[in-house]
Amino acid sequence: MSGFFSPFITKPVSVSQIMLHVLLALIPGIALYVWFFGPAILVSLTLASITALGVEALMLKIQNKQIAPTLKDNTALLTAWLLALSIPPLAPWWLVVVGTAFAISISKHLYGGLGNNPFNPAMIGYAVLIISFPVHMTHWLTPHGLGDVSLSFLEQLNYIFQGVLPDGIKLDAITMATPLDTLKTQLHLNGHVQEILDMPIYGRLAGQGSEWVAAGFLLGGVYLIAQRIISWHIPLAYLGTLFAVAGLFHLIDPAHYVTPVFHLFSGAAMLGAFFILTDPVTSPTTPRGRLIFAASAALLTYLIRAFGGFPDGMAFATLLMNICVPLIDAYTQPKVFGKKKGQS
Amino acid sequence: MLNALLAMAAIAILLGAVLGYAAIKFRVEGNPLVDKIDAVLPQTQCGQCGFPGCKPYATAIAEGVADINLCPPGGDEGIHKLADLLGMEYKPFGGATQPKPKSVAIIDESNCIGCTLCIQACPVDAIVGAAKQMHTIIASECTGCELCVPPCPVDCISMVPIEESIANWKWKYPVYALTASK
Amino acid sequence: MRTLYQFHGGIHPPTNKTQSNHTPIKQASLPSKLVIPLHQHVGSSAKPIVEAGQRVLKGELIGAPDGHLSSAVHAPTSGTISAIDMQIVAHPSGIPDLCITLIPDGLDEWIHREPCDDWCALSHTELRHRLRQAGVVGLGGAVFPSDVKLYSHKHKIKTLVLNGAECEPYITCDDLLMRERATEILQGAQIMRALLYAEEVLIGIEDNKPEAIAAMRAAVTEGCHERMEVVAVPTIYPGGGAKQLIRVLTGIEVAAGVRSTNLGVQCFNVATAYSAWRAIGHSEPLISRIVTITGNVGHPQNFEALIGTPMDELVAQAQPLPGTTGYIMGGPMMGVLMPSMQVGVIKATNCIIAAAKNLFPAPAPALPCIRCTRCAEVCPSELQPQELYWFSKAKNLDKAEDYHLFDCIECGACSYVCPSNIPLVQYYRFAKSEIWAQEASQKAADAARERHEFRESRIEREKREKAEKLAAKEKAAIEARALRAETPQAVVSSARPDADPENTMQLKIQLAIDHAKEQAAAIKPKNTEQLTPQQLAEIADIEARRARVREIAKDVTHIDGHS
Ligand code: SF4
Ligand code: SF4
Ligand code: SF4
Repeated sequence: MSGFFSPFITKPVSVSQIMLHVLLALIPGIALYVWFFGPAILVSLTLASITALGVEALMLKIQNKQIAPTLKDNTALLTAWLLALSIPPLAPWWLVVVGTAFAISISKHLYGGLGNNPFNPAMIGYAVLIISFPVHMTHWLTPHGLGDVSLSFLEQLNYIFQGVLPDGIKLDAITMATPLDTLKTQLHLNGHVQEILDMPIYGRLAGQGSEWVAAGFLLGGVYLIAQRIISWHIPLAYLGTLFAVAGLFHLIDPAHYVTPVFHLFSGAAMLGAFFILTDPVTSPTTPRGRLIFAASAALLTYLIRAFGGFPDGMAFATLLMNICVPLIDAYTQPKVFGKKKGQS
Repeated sequence: MLNALLAMAAIAILLGAVLGYAAIKFRVEGNPLVDKIDAVLPQTQCGQCGFPGCKPYATAIAEGVADINLCPPGGDEGIHKLADLLGMEYKPFGGATQPKPKSVAIIDESNCIGCTLCIQACPVDAIVGAAKQMHTIIASECTGCELCVPPCPVDCISMVPIEESIANWKWKYPVYALTASK
Repeated sequence: MRTLYQFHGGIHPPTNKTQSNHTPIKQASLPSKLVIPLHQHVGSSAKPIVEAGQRVLKGELIGAPDGHLSSAVHAPTSGTISAIDMQIVAHPSGIPDLCITLIPDGLDEWIHREPCDDWCALSHTELRHRLRQAGVVGLGGAVFPSDVKLYSHKHKIKTLVLNGAECEPYITCDDLLMRERATEILQGAQIMRALLYAEEVLIGIEDNKPEAIAAMRAAVTEGCHERMEVVAVPTIYPGGGAKQLIRVLTGIEVAAGVRSTNLGVQCFNVATAYSAWRAIGHSEPLISRIVTITGNVGHPQNFEALIGTPMDELVAQAQPLPGTTGYIMGGPMMGVLMPSMQVGVIKATNCIIAAAKNLFPAPAPALPCIRCTRCAEVCPSELQPQELYWFSKAKNLDKAEDYHLFDCIECGACSYVCPSNIPLVQYYRFAKSEIWAQEASQKAADAARERHEFRESRIEREKREKAEKLAAKEKAAIEARALRAETPQAVVSSARPDADPENTMQLKIQLAIDHAKEQAAAIKPKNTEQLTPQQLAEIADIEARRARVREIAKDVTHIDGHS
């Protein structure tokens, strides 16, 4: 007997299936990442995954909750992957571990576990890392063919775990600032957008290589929408608003504001639009609410990117908007059957 | 610096004025708190709280001389409601008597001598009868306060718990395990 | 082609209808006994009007409607009433309710009937009365007394909707009824249309029932019914909910707590229309209905079963398979698990599913809600089930009501899709019944307050009146004294008039207690015929004492009355 009450039949896609789809959808982006920046990212993904599962199990154990069903739901894995994708692949191993552990234990479990965390755990982890270890968070890998030297996988591992670089190679030679970061610095040095974009690290749309990774995430996101795992509201509103705002500034002053397309394809915009903002637990549930939420997040992202102190605003925009979710939900409740306008 | 201080002061004065105005404009006459508390109390008028009725208890709560956890017929739920209403913390039941299942009084009619003492005790006039006539209780009006039980000289009133029937049956709070049941 | 409307959400569960819709309706064999609950409908219970041991005929009234919203109950076959007592009934609570048990005598002897050829000659009041006396209630599951729903003024109702959608999986009873008895359904619909002064009749049938649609269309053509149309509606659950079907056919949305008649529509199940016709045209009360027997049985099919037939006896006729763990009454989406397999079929029993592990596997363990809003996407009432769940779970009932808890039709679509396997509907049922209970106790408390306040004011008034009387008396006495200026003692004694009655009161009670004791001692049950002279003397003695007490008591009350 299936429980005692109707409905006696269910045909759910389980939480773990949903999360699995999301993980799958990340794969094109990750593959392109490996292609352009080498396999170091796989190391941090693995590290983050192991840490996430371990910490999740530990937290469940401490709270005397059933471990198996929650561990199998893949949500911890997703958090781990999103976090790993937001930090530099060459970051020391403990950075990944600390970030993930913080994300799972503090920002997920201390708030009540799955379904109860007001903030996106991965973004909390990211925020903690970028505030506590700002230097380590800037060691982004140079895409293949750009730097003077490149490390073999073994040498990368050696650096990640022991902090040792091969003789004669300086850290600066293999890492660089992100395209957004460079843009910001250069603009501060009174560069002209056009000149800056002629620098070798920029590709056709945005950063060399990273533009392709963003395209990979876009592909995965479209897959998620097609599979009806996420609704179109958040990605569309986010990307649309970002495009519109960036476009406006670009039109006004092309010398100081890059093209909207550049914004869409750099930083965490694509990843955020499809994978981070759409985290169901920390986003609004009403369609109207989702539009407001994503549009505001895009606005914040742009403001932080263009005028704030951090090169990318995705994480902070997400966290700021997470706070507003209950409010947005409360004020955007849709009218119910038979109680719409024009009805009695 | 001075400007900021002045601005702050101005805002403070402005807000204060608005609050003051609102307090005068929207003042409610009477003592609605007692009525609000009284509305939450179950109106059994049983006096188990130590006050002669629900209204006196409500007044005592409003004046701050009585705790909110003294009403047995209101039960846990009643304490929760009072706590919500008054913005206080919930407290477990603390009176002399413990909450009981809701009951009604029944008169054993063959023993009733028609003394009318119970009629005088009943706070809600739920007993009908006249002197030397057999009395009976209108079950639908009885609040189960038990006030009629002690006065009866022949002990013919007893309290019977209200049984669950299809009409008053409730769906229970779902309990389901987080474990895979095999 | 009629334009159809859509409602929000909905799901497509596997229909599982083909198992039972291939064989025609079969007459169920006469069971060994019938257990007929007196409360099978919305409203107050029917009053039993027979006694145990009495022989009744088929169709004889055994429970009379009691009150405006109530319905009649009849003997489904001839036989002897063996008991009128509390029995477990087809209700999820498993609490016993008053039932009449009938042992059939196998003769199936009808009571006298007066078939009516020309119902148009009858007044509307008479028609409604006949429906009420025939126990016709909504057979779609709501079991609302039909006569109450069939009341309307002229030009108020435009559309009468007949619901043949049958959207729940497994159930095929309406399908088969429409295939086999289309003409009679339409005759019932005509009566209903006349009672409601409805302009048009729309019969909504889901498009997965082509045979039923064809049969009904043929019957409409054949009967030359004006402004009556069979409409094939898309198959989607819960498209057969009254509100949803009305929406699909007319575009009107009937919100919770709103009467559809106020919006110009009324909706009945096709089986109800059929029973209405049997009641009026053939003078046959509602004593049987079509029941789909399906699930874990070898030969799923539809039976015409007598009300009260024990479910296990009915299922036995469909070759039950081993492994059945219980019976579900209704469909798998909204049905209820029966507390026992022996409960009797009631008017609401459209389907009995023999449940087994392989048909309804245990649900996966529930996880916390991840706010994925799949539930909101399928909710036909356009609610936010995840919010309702949140508030119901926290027992934050006011909030749940604010979020339109009572618009939930408990269709189960949300639970069906929830990836966290949360028994959402169960939380809503809990919250609803909790709110109802609280409302009831609030009402009781308000009534008690009112009665208490009235009593207080009455006592106050009596005191005042007494004081006034006293004052008047005193005044009179003073005046008298002033007049005569003598006998001051009289004033004193009249100033303390209540001293004596108090004493007499106690005396009176003491006497009454003695009396009661004597009475209790004198009780000698069932042997008052053969008394010894001694006993007789005793009795005489007691009687004399009683008379004395009465005399005294009379005096006491006299005084009492003045106090
Ligand atoms: S009948 Fe007795 S128990 Fe019931 S309300 Fe009156 S005094 Fe209380
Ligand atoms: S059960 Fe209620 S909340 Fe759930 S889908 Fe149906 S109407 Fe909506
Ligand atoms: S479908 Fe289940 S998990 Fe998803 S929002 Fe609704 S209740 Fe929550």
